[in-house]
Amino acid sequence: MSASTPLEAHAPRTWRHRTLGQRLAAWTGWLALVALAVWCWQVMTADTIWAFVADAPRQAADLGARMVPPAWSYMDRLWVPLWDTLNIATLGTLLGIAIAVPVAFLAARNTAPSRVFVRPVALFVIVASRSINSLIWALLLVSIIGPGLLAGIVAIGLRSIGFVAKLLYEAIEEVDVRQVEAVTATGATRAQVLNYAIVPQVLPAFFGIAVFRWDINIRESTILGLVGAGGIGLQLQASLNTLAWPQVTLIFIVILATVVVSEWVSARVRHAII
Amino acid sequence: MSAHPRTWKRPPVLVHDRRLRWGLGVGALVYLVLAISSVEIDGARIAEGLDRGWRFVEGFLTPDFTSRWRDISRGLVESLTMTLTSTIAGVLLAVPVGIGAARNLAPLPVYLVCRSIVAVSRSLQEIIVAILFVAMFGFGPFAGFLTLTFATIGFMAKLLAEDIEDIDEAQAEAVRATGASWWQLVDYAVRPQVMPRLIGLSLYRLDINFRESSVIGIVGAGGIGATLNTAIDRYEYDSAGAILLIIIAIVMFAEYSSGFVRRRVE
Repeated sequence: MSASTPLEAHAPRTWRHRTLGQRLAAWTGWLALVALAVWCWQVMTADTIWAFVADAPRQAADLGARMVPPAWSYMDRLWVPLWDTLNIATLGTLLGIAIAVPVAFLAARNTAPSRVFVRPVALFVIVASRSINSLIWALLLVSIIGPGLLAGIVAIGLRSIGFVAKLLYEAIEEVDVRQVEAVTATGATRAQVLNYAIVPQVLPAFFGIAVFRWDINIRESTILGLVGAGGIGLQLQASLNTLAWPQVTLIFIVILATVVVSEWVSARVRHAII
Repeated sequence: MSAHPRTWKRPPVLVHDRRLRWGLGVGALVYLVLAISSVEIDGARIAEGLDRGWRFVEGFLTPDFTSRWRDISRGLVESLTMTLTSTIAGVLLAVPVGIGAARNLAPLPVYLVCRSIVAVSRSLQEIIVAILFVAMFGFGPFAGFLTLTFATIGFMAKLLAEDIEDIDEAQAEAVRATGASWWQLVDYAVRPQVMPRLIGLSLYRLDINFRESSVIGIVGAGGIGATLNTAIDRYEYDSAGAILLIIIAIVMFAEYSSGFVRRRVE
């Protein structure tokens, strides 16, 4: 809303939402954005081979023809990787939670032992874990501890730390202060205050976050195998490398079904908790 | 109960039925034993890897930005341009889909079509979409651009549709009462109410797209992920550390600045 007085003699005859200056500024802003986008587009597509792009519809049709029907018989060899995928997600979530809980208590303003030294470190751990995708963690861990389930579990765990700790420390900062004061007033020690005043208040949020992250982890663990970290992604990588597209289709279907089921389970559990 | 109990026991938190609680506990234990026993831990391989792990930590602490700077800057430019263009394209495409997926604006057939677009785009993971697009369009950032655009459509359209469904109906009613057409209704009643959140969500998505752009390079869709993949494959942990630090720094910067802008806009 502009602050112009309505009693002014030459008020505009037609109503405008914004003043001329505001509109000019908005237009300049949008123009700058468009210019930036066009420039980025040109930089990005400088090396694009347009012949391949023009060829894409034919490639897509070709791919589609190769991908159907799915190789249903391949399912026999997918049960074990599927079980592995489930384990990567679940054990990884547990590992992540085990590390995230202390980090969250160190990062929350009202429970951090030191705001100057400990809290920034905890916050950096959270940001570092959150900004690196689990696939990148897996890439690193496979090269460090070798391919296999363990690398996947640790990758999922490391990635979960930031997510769980961030949501948990926000929940801890929002606890009801009166309950904390009441428990403190009984002469409770710091540990007892934590145990009897803060933990019961954040527990429902904690379970909700844990199940939510488990659901995301199922989704992420299906593709970790692409870099060698176990699970159904290993089969995907093998099928892609041998261009066995019917198998790839089946794996996509299995992944999609797993994701849908895990989403349903997590929605049910969260609904029951909250 | 005749007398008050002498000791206080913390009441159970979630499952109140005792048998169910025990059952769940035992079930969880059995699952854990089975799951952990299926993980093969090769002690020798880990011991051998610890040395590499230590070199990685060293590389992370003493990152080497210079010797692979050409590759890094190339990947970074690809990632950043991909992020911006795909976010803009995705948001532009998501707006009509989002309006179509809002039950209070769109007729049922349009609603169903738009909702299924949203469902398809959201249930396919970026990596899988990237694999398909790389197979169709060839290697490079163009496939990455398409992947991120595709993912952005589902994300933005869903949130936008929910936002439109939550608008203050009184304002829409008032605009409708003036005899406004459908376009005028969208322009004067809906747009002012959802625009601040739309801008906020776009910035949030920009942030997500950058993170994703660092991953889809692993399957050949361009960006910093490809550079990182190469660095790790060559065991050049100091270059990998430098790339990771750059990613963390950009993500932190994007998160703080988008948070700042969102607080101002919303």
